Amino acid sequence: MARTLINMPASAKRGDVIEIRTLIAHPMETGWRPGSDGKLLPRNLIRRLSCTFDDGTGKSPVFSAEMFPAVAANPYFAFYMAATSSGMLSFTWEGDNGFAQTETAAFTVA
Amino acid sequence: MTAGCISTARALTQGRAAMAWRRSLLGFARVGFFALACSVANAQTAGSADSRRSGFDFMRPSTQAMQRDDTQNPAMLWVKDGEALWLQKAGQSDKACATCHAAAASSMRGVAARYPAIDELTQRPVTLSQRINLCRQNHQQAQILPLESQDLLSLESYVAFQSRGLPVVPPADPRLMPFVERGQQLYSRRLGQLNLSCAQCHDQLSGQRLGSSPIPQAHPTGYPVYRLEWQTLGSLQRRLRNCMTGVRAEPYAYGADEMVELELYLASRAKGMRLEAPGVRP
Repeated sequence: MARTLINMPASAKRGDVIEIRTLIAHPMETGWRPGSDGKLLPRNLIRRLSCTFDDGTGKSPVFSAEMFPAVAANPYFAFYMAATSSGMLSFTWEGDNGFAQTETAAFTVA
Repeated sequence: MTAGCISTARALTQGRAAMAWRRSLLGFARVGFFALACSVANAQTAGSADSRRSGFDFMRPSTQAMQRDDTQNPAMLWVKDGEALWLQKAGQSDKACATCHAAAASSMRGVAARYPAIDELTQRPVTLSQRINLCRQNHQQAQILPLESQDLLSLESYVAFQSRGLPVVPPADPRLMPFVERGQQLYSRRLGQLNLSCAQCHDQLSGQRLGSSPIPQAHPTGYPVYRLEWQTLGSLQRRLRNCMTGVRAEPYAYGADEMVELELYLASRAKGMRLEAPGVRP
């Protein structure tokens, strides 16, 4: 399990726009760099981050991003969401070698 | 659809500047000595106002913002890991760090600010990471963690994090003095095929540029740091080894006596400056 840091307010007023920040520990190895033995290090990238919001009536997409070799290690993303109802946010990172990780965070509209 | 307002996203892409640095060292060796002769500035001679500046002050605002904000600082991933390790039992004694030291927030406050310090058992100076390993060996009866390993860096950054904002206070232990002096000698000793000493760049030419990179004053206030060039977290010794390979010298091994002496001398220079660990550096 890779380490993640997700930073967002736990609650907000209806109509507010909240900022969500995510950070995940990952080497984002490009596949183009030689290691200390001179051989290429195998490519190991996170390919996609997607964030969905579930308020009990169904999932809706909040944000998604595709990642490529030029993205630095430990990718950081910040994005915004309008607070319309309470629910659960889920963040999924998917990548090479079957990498998949999901984190969730509860969000309340006051 | 309930919530779906996406406005912006930012992904960090950091330039890998190592090549440019190596190229610029070559040119630097040629012009460096003339500049040296002209230079009268010395970072160490602080007048009434402290002329010492942390590496932080030499960074771009975007990198500074990354360090200032814990939600953006990737080093916090290691701090979080270190917190888990702090509570995790290890070795035959079945003790965790927290078993003896309790909450790090109070017990470790100010500890990183006074390392390297004398180890009473061996009567030799040890760095913070060596101290962690000694504790593992003697009190937890656990395997020591390899220097520069992920776990050791995590513990070190977690401990260093507790001293953030405190001034560096090297212990006034007379037993340390010979080691500090040796560190000073190493600092001003010419090294490598480029035949440069630490002092030539970091005292006499600090604030100027080596290629595109500003030369900081060599105050180790943010270690362990997340270095964008490394794309990971590393120790002060890794940073020192970087400079040594930069001047084409054979770098001292991790944990070597010379490394500890250099760390001691650097800490004595940075006395009173605020710790920023875990820092971010370009």
